[in-house]
Amino acid sequence: MIEFVRNVRLWFVPEGVRREGTTPDYRFSLANERTFLAWLRTALALVGGGFAVDQFLPDLRWGWRVGLALALLAAGVLCALRAINHWVRCERAMRRGEDLPVSRFPALLSLVVAVVAVAMVVVVLVGWEG
Amino acid sequence: MTGPASRERVRDPGLQPERTRLAWRRTTLSGTVVAVLAGKSALAGGASAGGIVACALCCACWLGFLGLAHRRIRALAATSEPGAPDPRYASAAVLCTVALAVCGAALVVQG
Repeated sequence: MIEFVRNVRLWFVPEGVRREGTTPDYRFSLANERTFLAWLRTALALVGGGFAVDQFLPDLRWGWRVGLALALLAAGVLCALRAINHWVRCERAMRRGEDLPVSRFPALLSLVVAVVAVAMVVVVLVGWEG
Repeated sequence: MTGPASRERVRDPGLQPERTRLAWRRTTLSGTVVAVLAGKSALAGGASAGGIVACALCCACWLGFLGLAHRRIRALAATSEPGAPDPRYASAAVLCTVALAVCGAALVVQG
């Protein structure tokens, strides 16, 4: 938890990351930046999915529709926050010459997306009958 | 190491700065799709005061994101070996995304 708070401080301090270790090959930094952007796009896609559920499934009951939309929006927020946290951790590991951090987040996210997808299939099928 | 001639000479065969620039562009495109969906969400079915405020906030986030991407793209083009971005740019981009999601949650609950 303390580690996480320290990471959050690094999000806003430009010199924070650069204070440690040596500057890695710029190509590695750019690759790390692209990975961050890819995660950010994933987050934006989840947020867009939340909007789409709300807009394009109007026949659903209010509870299901809002629940699914909020689940997708929350997943988007988590994904965005995780994107920058992972970026800072990777940048610091590269500067220190350590192994890159491992993460359970991709597995977790794929499980959440799978559950939401199954829920949407069920809800759309049932919702149209009832 | 500056100037067009030396930039040509040390050009990275992996085209890393170009790929990073395009990654920023793709991300702004995703942001645009989300902003359009947010606008549709806010203004479909009659515009309420809350809807218009949320829509304006989403537009502000989108514009902020475009500005950030523009500045980063210019920074990438300015040197032949651009380093890591300022963490504050990255945080601001994430905050724009989070703000879009929060506006979305408000619109979904309200609608």
